Amino acid sequence: MSFKWAKPYEPKHPLAKWFDERLPLPRLAYGAVGGGYPVPRNLNYWWNFGFSAGIFLTIQIITGIVLAMHYYSSADGAFDSVNQLIMRDVNAGWLLRYAHMNGASFFFIAVYIHIFRGLYYGSYKAPRELVWMLGLVIYLLMMATAFMGYVLPWGQMSYWGAQVITGFFSAFPLVGEPIRVWLLGGYAPDQAALTRFFSLHYLLPFVIVGVVILHVWALHIPGSGNPTGVDVKDERDTLPFHPFYTAKDGWFVGAFLLVYAIVTFFAPNYLGHADNYIPANPLATPAEIVPEWYFWPFYAILRSFTFDFILPAKLWGVLAMFSSILLLFFLPWLDKSPVRSGSYRPVFKRFFWLLVIDVILLGWAGGGAPTPFRNAVSQICAAYYFLHFLVILPLVSRFETPLPLPSSISESVLHGEAAEAAPAGQTKKRGRAAAAVVQ
Amino acid sequence: MATKAQSAEGPDSRNSGDVTGEGGVRRRDFLNVAAVSFAGIGTVAALAPLVVQMSPSADVLAMATTEIDISKVAVGQRIKALWRKQPVFVAHLTPQEIASANAVRLGDLRDPESLAERVKPGHGNWLVVVGVCTHLGCIPLGTSEGENKGPYGGWFCPCHGSQYDTAARIRAGPAPRNLAVPDYEFTSPTVVTIGAKGK
Amino acid sequence: MVRVIGFLVGLAFAGVLLISLITGVATNLSNPPAPLASEEFHLPPKHLHLSSDGPFGKFDKEQLQRGLQVYTEVCSACHSLKLVSFRDLRELGYSEAEVKKYTADWKASKVPSVNPDTGEATTRQPIPSDTFPPPFPNEVAARAANNNALPPDLSLIVKAREGGAAYVYSILTGFQPQPAALLKKFPDAKTPENLHYNPYFANLNIAMPPPLTTNGQVTYADGTPATVDQMAKDVAAFLVWTANPELERRHAAGLAVAIFLLIGSILGYLAYQQIWHEAKRAVRITGPLEPENQVKTRRAKARQGVAG
Repeated sequence: MSFKWAKPYEPKHPLAKWFDERLPLPRLAYGAVGGGYPVPRNLNYWWNFGFSAGIFLTIQIITGIVLAMHYYSSADGAFDSVNQLIMRDVNAGWLLRYAHMNGASFFFIAVYIHIFRGLYYGSYKAPRELVWMLGLVIYLLMMATAFMGYVLPWGQMSYWGAQVITGFFSAFPLVGEPIRVWLLGGYAPDQAALTRFFSLHYLLPFVIVGVVILHVWALHIPGSGNPTGVDVKDERDTLPFHPFYTAKDGWFVGAFLLVYAIVTFFAPNYLGHADNYIPANPLATPAEIVPEWYFWPFYAILRSFTFDFILPAKLWGVLAMFSSILLLFFLPWLDKSPVRSGSYRPVFKRFFWLLVIDVILLGWAGGGAPTPFRNAVSQICAAYYFLHFLVILPLVSRFETPLPLPSSISESVLHGEAAEAAPAGQTKKRGRAAAAVVQ
Repeated sequence: MATKAQSAEGPDSRNSGDVTGEGGVRRRDFLNVAAVSFAGIGTVAALAPLVVQMSPSADVLAMATTEIDISKVAVGQRIKALWRKQPVFVAHLTPQEIASANAVRLGDLRDPESLAERVKPGHGNWLVVVGVCTHLGCIPLGTSEGENKGPYGGWFCPCHGSQYDTAARIRAGPAPRNLAVPDYEFTSPTVVTIGAKGK
Repeated sequence: MVRVIGFLVGLAFAGVLLISLITGVATNLSNPPAPLASEEFHLPPKHLHLSSDGPFGKFDKEQLQRGLQVYTEVCSACHSLKLVSFRDLRELGYSEAEVKKYTADWKASKVPSVNPDTGEATTRQPIPSDTFPPPFPNEVAARAANNNALPPDLSLIVKAREGGAAYVYSILTGFQPQPAALLKKFPDAKTPENLHYNPYFANLNIAMPPPLTTNGQVTYADGTPATVDQMAKDVAAFLVWTANPELERRHAAGLAVAIFLLIGSILGYLAYQQIWHEAKRAVRITGPLEPENQVKTRRAKARQGVAG
């Protein structure tokens, strides 16, 4: 699709030719994921997680559709339909339920690694800004889908999680409470909320599929990035997606599925919360209300604002929580270094790893009761999170001196030393000016 | 350069100069075929729970057995009961109904069965049948007072005109088989339990 | 423009967080939260080993049957088992006839029904296809009979509590007099009238009176001595079954799937290596991995004073 040496689709079989003349779907597939899509030959395993995420999306849709054949979306019957009907009476029901429950967690694991790959290797930079932003849209849709899905079994955490999350909206002055009541169709999560969440939970994954198609399409225009961040120059830099990356993605997803299977079959409730096996009770709040693990960092950011400074603390928390994701949309403009890959940005690299530790600590902080120690950790780590993207990265990208970049991904066709142009950045010039020489 | 570039494309090209020896080609293909087959078998195996989950679940299979109290059904009277969400006719046959059923030559019947084969030993005057016409599934008339029993004195299906006799056997009309006799037993002289052996 | 606004927003959030941190730490230091009796005297669950533990765990059907007996004779008076059907008891090793008899002999509760002649609400004896009918028709009745406490349903209790079966076992065997040390340190924390001290319960005082009090409270059909400890273990094991009836099937399927995926991944990896081996041999990759470039990079880093 993007490179002129990409092998065109040439059907040999008469049936294939007949089909291609009428609906070029195999041609599209060939050009997108087949022998006709050239991919940089130096991708490492951090590039496997996009495909893995796609596999888990598929698993979730299939198990979800099948579970929906048995689930009752009534406040009285939902808990029993899951824990009695599906788990005990439906043939293989327990397998489908545990697969769906843990599939969500593994979908998020794959997507988080995929996102952090993007952060490290500068996948969000030109010309892939839209790929990045579509990815963030997918992530937001995933969060909405996962939240609504968790409400459906109507356990204690389902109910109180819904209370807390819809309660965010009431933080906004004037419009907040009406929006909250409109979302719920009532004053508290009840039948109206449950049925609409079921409807939307069924719908959104298909919207996600649509956005994924746009995401991959946008990627295939410039082609995939690579660990050096250096653009593809000629065909010696690439390999056709099939069979090289189909094989690599294929075996790796097998190993990933092995981990998934071990959790699903041998520790299916490890990633969940015991309180969701208690039927929802609007009159009894659980000792700790916590969301699922993949929301813990955001929960920590939300809870870390404890002081009313001009605005109420609750509103600060909600604004910060939403901002923590929204600021990522602006990342291509916050970090304008022309050097993409963290491998060649030693200062950036250090801050990146700090960010990783920071997010892990935020996750730990968000997963338990707000003790003074946890609060302090949340506050420090949340502050770092915002400073990292909004203050540190713009400064680092402006003032750092990157390492010399290789001139191409592979040996240049001409072999000449001249073609291997002298690496940039040997002088003390500002990173931006020096790197411009390379590209 | 050209050959190098070509072999960079991988095993698609026929240039297998990079693979050592004759056996190398077959070994390569074998491994790929093995890996892909494994994935294929896995995908097919994964379909099994998806298909099986649509079969009746354990609670549906554990069908409530229906007990019908027949103590108040007089001779010549019929009642309609519900079993597995379907109607069941219980008829207390009169001697005339029994006689007219036994008078029929089995060879004349579309679905040959004697009345004796359709009742329980010792309870020859009680007929229990599923009240669903074997043509296309309507509920035949003839159970309640005043309903049309059809020319054979049994049941009459208003949808397409199937006519059943006093033993609920098909005599005329499009239905292919007699009204079905379910699995039942007399758990007491006045109680019939249908689906007792069901699981 | 984006960066200017972003800069200010970042400083604003960091600033407010700093204020929250400082005020929080100050409050904590000046007014440390009072220690709670439950924090100091609460105990984690005792260690319990059951045959169903671990990835290859299997149920001990004899133990499950004993546990069912404990549930029937001791617990069912107050605790429902609403998600379990009588027919499910076949899995404990009972025949269909035995299950029918058990259901016919069930005393603790009845199934709501309708009188076929008058249409009035009434009750009937359960049949095997029914679920265990709850001992109280609703929450109000349950609380009225239990000092305003609600005995939870036990079908999922092992999954609904941190610690699972070990927690259940600990509660059942953990009733004891309130320790003098606690009363000395927290004189206000004396166990109230209708509650019972149990350090394995989160707030130390549980509404349930000790259900297993004497050895031999239940006479096991298989002759096992029914000590309190044994009864607690057996009923805990039974409750693992009620919460996870699919456990053995799940472990067996899991083993098969894991082995299949392991072999499949290995085959896939070997196929991948083979496919790539040709690609790697055909073209030498240069770039940062090439020794000359690595030397150049090291020198450049040294010149800039950046550590490796």
